[in-house]
Amino acid sequence: MPINYYIFLSLALFIIGIIGVLTRRNVIIVFMCIELMLNAVNLLLVAFSKMHHLAAAGAGNAVNNVGSEGQLFVFFIMVVAAAEVSVGLAIIVMLYRNTRSVDINFLNRLKH
Amino acid sequence: MSISEILFYALSAVSLVSALMVITSKNPVYSVLWLIITFFTISGHYLLLNAQFLAIVNIIVYAGAIMVLFLYVLMLMDLRKESEPQKNKWLKLAGAVAGGSLLLVLVAALRNADTRMAEINTGNIGLIENLGRVLFTEYVVPFEIASILFLSAMVGAVVIGKREKTIRTTTNTLQQEKTAEAVTA
Amino acid sequence: MKNLIALIPLLPFIGFLINGLGRKVLPKGVAGLIGSGTVLASFIISLTIFLQGNYAAPVVHLFDFISVGSLKIPFAFQVDQLTTLFLLIITGVGFLIHVYSTAYMHEEAGQHFARYFAYLNLFVFSMLLLVMGANFVIMFIGWEGVGLCSYLLIGYWFKNVNYTAAAKKAFVMNRIGDLGFLLAVFWIIAKLGTVSYNEVFTAANLAKLSATDITGITLLLFVGATGKSAQIPLYTWLPDAMAGPTPVSALIHAATMVTAGIYMIARSNALYQLAGTTNAIIAIIGAATALLAATIALRQNDIKKVLAYSTVSQLGYMFLALGTGAYTAAVFHVMTHAFFKALLFLGSGSVIHAVSGEQDIRNMGGLKKALPITYLTFLIGCIAIAGIPPFSGFFSKDAILLNAFAYDKFLWAVGLLTAALTAFYMFRLLFITFNGSFRGTEAQRHHLHESPIAMTLPLIILAVLSIAGGFVGIPALFTEGGEKLAEFLKPVINPEHTVHVEHSTEWVLVGLTTGIAVAAIIVAFLRYRNYKAEQPSAVGRLLENKWYVDELYNGVVVKPINALGSFANSFIEKSGIDALVNGVGKLVNYSGRQLRWLQSGQVGSYVLLMVVSMVMFFVLQFFLRR
Repeated sequence: MPINYYIFLSLALFIIGIIGVLTRRNVIIVFMCIELMLNAVNLLLVAFSKMHHLAAAGAGNAVNNVGSEGQLFVFFIMVVAAAEVSVGLAIIVMLYRNTRSVDINFLNRLKH
Repeated sequence: MSISEILFYALSAVSLVSALMVITSKNPVYSVLWLIITFFTISGHYLLLNAQFLAIVNIIVYAGAIMVLFLYVLMLMDLRKESEPQKNKWLKLAGAVAGGSLLLVLVAALRNADTRMAEINTGNIGLIENLGRVLFTEYVVPFEIASILFLSAMVGAVVIGKREKTIRTTTNTLQQEKTAEAVTA
Repeated sequence: MKNLIALIPLLPFIGFLINGLGRKVLPKGVAGLIGSGTVLASFIISLTIFLQGNYAAPVVHLFDFISVGSLKIPFAFQVDQLTTLFLLIITGVGFLIHVYSTAYMHEEAGQHFARYFAYLNLFVFSMLLLVMGANFVIMFIGWEGVGLCSYLLIGYWFKNVNYTAAAKKAFVMNRIGDLGFLLAVFWIIAKLGTVSYNEVFTAANLAKLSATDITGITLLLFVGATGKSAQIPLYTWLPDAMAGPTPVSALIHAATMVTAGIYMIARSNALYQLAGTTNAIIAIIGAATALLAATIALRQNDIKKVLAYSTVSQLGYMFLALGTGAYTAAVFHVMTHAFFKALLFLGSGSVIHAVSGEQDIRNMGGLKKALPITYLTFLIGCIAIAGIPPFSGFFSKDAILLNAFAYDKFLWAVGLLTAALTAFYMFRLLFITFNGSFRGTEAQRHHLHESPIAMTLPLIILAVLSIAGGFVGIPALFTEGGEKLAEFLKPVINPEHTVHVEHSTEWVLVGLTTGIAVAAIIVAFLRYRNYKAEQPSAVGRLLENKWYVDELYNGVVVKPINALGSFANSFIEKSGIDALVNGVGKLVNYSGRQLRWLQSGQVGSYVLLMVVSMVMFFVLQFFLRR
């Protein structure tokens, strides 16, 4: 597939995530939208990785490991995302425990 | 149109629709379920790109672990009912317009981008064997650092989530028990 | 030899470091010993050099000091006959005064005692640098160094505001002169590209300078000399400098530092011999200073002030000699003056010591019996400065007056009048202080005592030198083969023309000078033998108030500058610069206050702003900059 298609697809997913972040007030949904944005980026990374692999194979490169970095990057992003979710959800639970609400605007209490 | 192209279009359409459903559904539980579907379609894209390892990890980590965590939290909070306060509609509009204009700008910027091909169905770099070799040779240090990150995230989650009062009371009870034991002895 | 020469200034510097850094731990005896010992060692080395008399290669190159482009300024010493003479004066008199100080300053607390000796050693170091430098820049380092030490020592008792004000006055006035010196050095560099004496003073280089250059350079150098050597118009700092301890006055403000200007001009005599206009100016200013200071000294009642004005007056003499081309006579007078003026100052210190810090001679009197040694030595000093043969002052003063006579009769007359005034005010001081009956308090009377040996011994040595010091320069008039000093200095100071006055005329002049001095002494004796307080006449008041020169300077220079300063402060500083600076602060403050509302803590608005700015960045990047 042409790389364009992947670019536009992940762009669309990313923007959907952004709009979700901007329009919803539920912290959990905002958080999910962030995960969606991360996945959009992951998809694009994998697509680019394959694109570079193809280009290297076309050039007759003997060592055919080109592009694996991109996929490893996706792997690390997943690692970070998992860590982030665990901490983030803990914060959300604390917020809910203190305010009985998951309204994102209550997060301004973190100022104090 | 080959079978993989058909699959690509179909998966794309499903993922977009389900992503939209994530942000539009009122009930957060439905949002979670739609998001899981989105992740599954993205895993499908990975399979199409012959990145089997990532596809499996995506399903296990994201669709499995993370989303289950989300669901668990939602259940814990009992948020099934329409409790979410709605945003000011002008603010909503502003957010939608801002996101839309970002999309527009990016599409306009990238419409003349490279039209090289991304390999589909072939290539073996996405296999566990290859990725594992690279990961445990060149990227072994970041890999180990990632484990430290996990450890710290775990500690952080525990520290944030623990209830100070309860801890104090438990220690008190423990002490009381100890004194009681001493008295009986 | 080379190392030995470098040791001369280095030893006092080491003494300065030890005393300065260890001032809190060193006991007084050790501090005094280090201070005096290092100077004594320098004196011995200087004496060795003098006795060896080997001046074949006077310049000793130590290291390159400044090397910029084509300008090379080495850190080099030049020890020739002139320098050796000054070395002997500085380290010799300096040593005596150090010894004197150990007794005089003994009541100071240990820390301040060591500080005093540290300053004194630093001064000796700077002064040695000044006379030993082989170029104008090294001389300038010493020049500034002695100015600094003078400031530090005048303000030695820094808890007294008047003293610190006097120190500041000395410092500022010296800076005015130093600017002239510095400009002259720049001028020399610009024209010749070198500052070393033995390059500047070559005939080839001097020929390169136009008449304007020479006049300008010599005048600017002379401005520097007026500052350091207290000539009109920059002399007023010297009398105020008496705020410092008395040994300091003796060393710095009488014997050595104030003669730096004379040394500098004598050193540059090759240049000055080409500058007729400057010489005339120097001679006139010298004569005017001599006369003015002498008249002021007539009516001063502070024992040190009298001596201070007498110093200014004698410096005026030296400049008169320089202006008339009699460089040897000027250096001769520097030497004899160092002896008898140090003696007089130290004697006054002894008197002050005896009467518990009193300085007003109206409250003294009759000290002859209580202080026999001080009295005798003071008397010798007075005779020497008055110019009675065969004391040292007579020969040097006579040489100056002789040259002035050959140069211009009017200047000579002024010099003669000044000589009479000098004899008069010095003996007025002597009689009021030592004759008559004691006019102080009972407590002071009981306390009267002769000073300890550490103070009287330098007095005696200096008295001997004041008597005998003149014999090195006996004019040919008295003995065959005189003028030893001129012969000695010939390689450095070689005037193109020598004065030829008939021997008969010379005899008349000598007789006139001596006679007028003796007459003045007799008048002083008759009038002040038994001093009683008297109502000053109008002229007397004018003199007592020093011709109101300080007030004039205050009105003409200080007040306008103060006014300018307060104007600049209130208008330019407050409403200009401050307003600008505060305005920036206020702007930031205000904008911060406004921007604070953006920092609402609402995550939603943060994300919205982030997205909007992202859009803007992309628009900028992809559409506008293309």
